Amino acid sequence: MRAFTYQRASSAAEAAKVVYNNREAKFLAGGTNLIDLMKIEVETPTHLVDVNGLGLDEIAPTEEGGLRIGALVTNTACAADERVRRDYGVLTRAIVAGASGQLRNKATTGGNLLQRTRCPYFYDTNQACNKRKPGSGCAAIGGASRQLGIIGVSDKCIATYPGDMAVALRVLDAVVETVKPDGTTRAIPIAEFHRLWGDTPEIETALEPGEFITAVVLPKPLGGKHLYHKVRDRRSYAFALVSVAAVIQPDGTGRVAIGGIAPKPWRVESADAALPDVAAAARALTAGASPTEENKFKIALVERTLAGVMAEARS
Amino acid sequence: MADFEAFKVSRRGVLAGGTVSVAATSVPVVRARAAAQPATPTVPVSLKVNGKEHKLMLDTRTTLLDALREHIKLTGTKKGCDHGQCGACTVIVNGTRINSCLSFAVMHEGDEVTTIEGLGTPDNLHPMQAAFVKHDGYQCGYCTPGQICSAVSVLEEIRKGVPSHVTDDLEGPMKPTNMEMRERMSGNICRCGAYSNIAEAMAEVAGEKA
Repeated sequence: MRAFTYQRASSAAEAAKVVYNNREAKFLAGGTNLIDLMKIEVETPTHLVDVNGLGLDEIAPTEEGGLRIGALVTNTACAADERVRRDYGVLTRAIVAGASGQLRNKATTGGNLLQRTRCPYFYDTNQACNKRKPGSGCAAIGGASRQLGIIGVSDKCIATYPGDMAVALRVLDAVVETVKPDGTTRAIPIAEFHRLWGDTPEIETALEPGEFITAVVLPKPLGGKHLYHKVRDRRSYAFALVSVAAVIQPDGTGRVAIGGIAPKPWRVESADAALPDVAAAARALTAGASPTEENKFKIALVERTLAGVMAEARS
Repeated sequence: MADFEAFKVSRRGVLAGGTVSVAATSVPVVRARAAAQPATPTVPVSLKVNGKEHKLMLDTRTTLLDALREHIKLTGTKKGCDHGQCGACTVIVNGTRINSCLSFAVMHEGDEVTTIEGLGTPDNLHPMQAAFVKHDGYQCGYCTPGQICSAVSVLEEIRKGVPSHVTDDLEGPMKPTNMEMRERMSGNICRCGAYSNIAEAMAEVAGEKA
């Protein structure tokens, strides 16, 4: 691991300013992904700004009838919150489908949104990776790609966004609140938060340099059945091959978002409109897919996982 | 060298001494590098481990795991993968289990840490330690300190109503079923495969509390 200096932030705006002024600096929250990547020198910050003392660890009601989840609320605290369990079950289900109990106790809401892809070529510093080292190429294309993306990918990068929590946030149309280095704030819809790789896979989110996440806001509850199905190579503590987050109303209409297939949680308006027709919704969700030989099974898996979700919604 | 004098002659002491002599032969190289580079950043860190205060001066890169093992000399907590995948390093920080390998010690200023050494002693076992012995919840023992710290915390998480992936009713009371134990312990790997006995040990402790 490279040596780094360390400071505790005194405010969110100050943290943003420090990281903006030092491009080798990074925010440190739970650290469960960052420290792992620092050990293998995929991440090599020379300065860390520890934001754990900033508060931002509460869940509070909003005037609009929703919930504001502080960026430093742990995954466990968010999943276990009574209001989240009651009104946003898809979020609880998604969070507890990911990682292990120990990791969820440490990982934060803001950090979870910013976790890096688990593409094996991103992790292996001996391999070409446009995300880790722009311009070096993509060893995943033509390589072992079973876990990787089938849609929204580019000829520069076929990695996926690996998380579960954000897939539920996409179905809920959550909003990410931030503070910029100049102290101004903004609200970014989750749909626009993660970006497609295009020619710049090293840029993963809409955040500007130094911009710091302060909270995630959930709109007022949608009602309906909240479901999260995750298909993976082992039953617990593994990343998704395909996951489906869904909020389904009694008449079978609703919203779905797919994880494990794209650079971002994948939601398509025409797929929501097609529900409860599983085949039509799955066609809309996978339209334009460009899978590899190794991961083309994910197209059928999207439809089958969605069918499972709709069957449970009816039961 | 002084760091290692706390150990009596033991297998561990011999291994540690071996490491020191290897390091000693490479001292000139280390010095040459040190002269060419700025000093490694160090920070003061205070930890309360198993009820005892420790004031340390640490390289910022020191993980909580390495602080416990290499500086405080509590070697019960084990380093397995060092990447948060195996759970051997699980300790309880301010009442919550975490992977101590994925946290820098400096992030834990003033925190209360409980390791396997703080749960019980050979003469006065924690109920979970006693249950692991009774049910053969281990074979080689390497993952056991992490398993036990995790198991103690799992029962506490169930009591507090933290749901899991196999919880049917998110709003109902959480139950310490065998499937719940297995799902909640998935972050602790046991190469010997003592899983079913670990779940039985946990069930016994959960039953006693209920």
